[in-house]
Amino acid sequence: MFTLFWTDALIFLLLIMVALFTWYARRKEHLRSPWRRVGRSRAAMSTMVILLAYVAIGLLDSVHFRPTLDRDGEAKSLVYSNEAISAFDWLASDLMGRAEKTYSAPFATHLYSKETVQLPDGTQKRMYPKLEYGGAHLAGPGEKAGDIIAGSLRGGVKGLLVWIAAVAVFCTVWGRRHGRSPGRAVALITSNQTEFRWRATLITLGVLFVLMWISTELSAKYHVFGTDKVGEDVFYQTLKSIRTGLMIGTLTTLVMLPFALILGIMAGYLGGWIDDVIQYLYTTLNSIPGVLLIAAAILMLQVYLNNNSEEFASVAERADLRLLFLCLILGITSWTGLCRYLRAESLKLREIDYVEAARSLGVGQPTIMFRHLLPNVMHIVLITVVLDFSGLVLAEAILSYVQIGVDPTMNSWGNMINSARLEMAREPIVWWSLLAAFVFMFVLVLSANLFSDTVRDAFDPRLRGVE
Amino acid sequence: MIAYIIRRVLYAIPILIGVNLITFVLFFVVNTPDNIARSQLGDRRVTQEAVENWKAERGYNKPVVFNADKQGLARITETIFFEKSLKLFAFDFGRSDSGRDIGHDISQRMWPSLAIAVPTLVVGMMVNITFAMLIAFFRGTFLDFWGVVLCVILLSISPLFYIIGGQYVLSKLFHLVPISGYDPGWEAIKFLILPVIIGIITGIGQGSRWYRTIFLEEIGKDYVRTARAKGLSEPRVLFRHVLKNALIPILTGVVVILPLLFMGSLIMESFFGIPGLGSYTIEAIQRQDFAIVRAMVFLGSVLYILGLLLTDISYTVVDPRVRLG
Repeated sequence: MFTLFWTDALIFLLLIMVALFTWYARRKEHLRSPWRRVGRSRAAMSTMVILLAYVAIGLLDSVHFRPTLDRDGEAKSLVYSNEAISAFDWLASDLMGRAEKTYSAPFATHLYSKETVQLPDGTQKRMYPKLEYGGAHLAGPGEKAGDIIAGSLRGGVKGLLVWIAAVAVFCTVWGRRHGRSPGRAVALITSNQTEFRWRATLITLGVLFVLMWISTELSAKYHVFGTDKVGEDVFYQTLKSIRTGLMIGTLTTLVMLPFALILGIMAGYLGGWIDDVIQYLYTTLNSIPGVLLIAAAILMLQVYLNNNSEEFASVAERADLRLLFLCLILGITSWTGLCRYLRAESLKLREIDYVEAARSLGVGQPTIMFRHLLPNVMHIVLITVVLDFSGLVLAEAILSYVQIGVDPTMNSWGNMINSARLEMAREPIVWWSLLAAFVFMFVLVLSANLFSDTVRDAFDPRLRGVE
Repeated sequence: MIAYIIRRVLYAIPILIGVNLITFVLFFVVNTPDNIARSQLGDRRVTQEAVENWKAERGYNKPVVFNADKQGLARITETIFFEKSLKLFAFDFGRSDSGRDIGHDISQRMWPSLAIAVPTLVVGMMVNITFAMLIAFFRGTFLDFWGVVLCVILLSISPLFYIIGGQYVLSKLFHLVPISGYDPGWEAIKFLILPVIIGIITGIGQGSRWYRTIFLEEIGKDYVRTARAKGLSEPRVLFRHVLKNALIPILTGVVVILPLLFMGSLIMESFFGIPGLGSYTIEAIQRQDFAIVRAMVFLGSVLYILGLLLTDISYTVVDPRVRLG
């Protein structure tokens, strides 16, 4: 049975909006040409592949349903579980279910801490107990290295095969659209003579595929990134955190967009007292330091949740509401910048001839704002949205550390770092949670930064025509 | 000039009133003091008596905006709004929920905050300017490209990573400096080195990239061509002419955050156990001490507005072309 969390609904709304925008932009030359410039950049095309991979995992993790419970004898009435799981959980149910007792290092076969174990002959001994799942198929300790190498090779070859198939399909399709034979298409792409940087794109895709298949292959038998305090697989946690990071990065913008657009355009176009009021509004909000406003708002939300905890069916629902609220409050602290840009741009645009013409033809003010101003400020919106994304992903980690971020029960990089930080004093040090969270966050943020730089350069009219 | 400053200060008043109202609404209207008391006391089945006690101890037992029981001016003054919100204007922060004098705490704790924030800012700016100058000197070459790539990589790394990594490498592995803590007086230096270094490293990516754009913008201007045309060497052009002119946007960009330095850095201070205002705020957030958070929100806004005012004034000081209208 499908369940729809609030954030799921919004993320799908965002997806629909992006799809509509793409469909709309396809037919407009002035919108297509900046994207073509993006396509001509190697960095942008490669990072786009990585970003799409993240988005795919995030989206899979946003399709929630409540699985049916197997109950013997009661086959007629379907019983649904109380906890909703996502399509991603379902795919990675192996990872989710294989919990150990407590910490274990990456690829470990034994637990991180010593325990008293009852031996078969009745004696007790303090030792590192064997893991229940990680490397359980191995006969002896000497086999591990060989098994890992063999597994990586198997995964790598599988990934390569899938990649070759994907490349073949792509080249055929590409060749057909451009009236070339598949062989010619391959030659053109490998010698980098295509308009878009397909070679870099496909190479990135290949690396990604190989890594994906290797990690799938290995994580079936080992804990690739170890396990955390309660024995949960860290690799699984990191992948689950992708959704949280993406949500914070995108929903925040989605939430703030209507405010910034409507108020910014109104302030710039209408002027007068409306302008004064809107300017006052955003100057006031802007002068409260962001972290403190977020802290105050989250504290208040906590009070509300404490007093109304019976309204929520499950912990997940509560965590979801908190995530949504966090996006909302982050949106409120960050819309002021965009609003100011939009106001300035609208101020300029309202003096331009086509707006003047529309006005003298008797077009109403709302129509002018919607038909003539809105499409012409969209590039600013796009640039801001893309540039803000990486900052928001990084902010999530910091907010979670201050304990004003997402719900502590929710998987997020911030929560992972926060809980791992407390174990820094241990000897030997528990580093894998930290590393996994930092690496995944770094790859996402770096890709987003590189991609957004290209998008900004392509859409910024001041830089257009430089080439 | 003085007339301009007075006018700017007057502009700030409605904004401060707005901030005050927002904090008031956030802390007393969204959740009533009753709700806060219940949440603080932990149990939802807490008695009404305990709630009243909690409120009375902290002065939350008055009406919110209008006290009908009193006469004359007391109708207004004997309310939560007056006691807790309006008094902020006089920097009378009152007592925290745990009974301490917030004003006194702030005056004590701002010094450690400054001790970190000022060196981080000053040294950080020098490092960033040097780095950005180097990249700008090699503009158009592969050093420029990789310098920018390095900046992007540096700014893509979470600040938490720098802190945790720095603590691990310098303190735990090599025992160069203590992991965290603070001593008053000169002893403080050994505790401050690590946070300052990490603060600088965290800022390099963002700062250098920004300064590089400023430098490149200046390099494209006419006076630079003139300077080159009269035969000046490239380093001389860069350091004598470009740097001086580029300092205008750089300095004015920095002025706005100067007053906020008092507030300290939230994460840095709590990671390194430095008793500044940043860790004060974090502790308050974690203890859910609303009085302190409220005071800090207001203080932060005042300092930010002061920063904006200083920015506008500094424009006129460094750039005589700017006239005040």
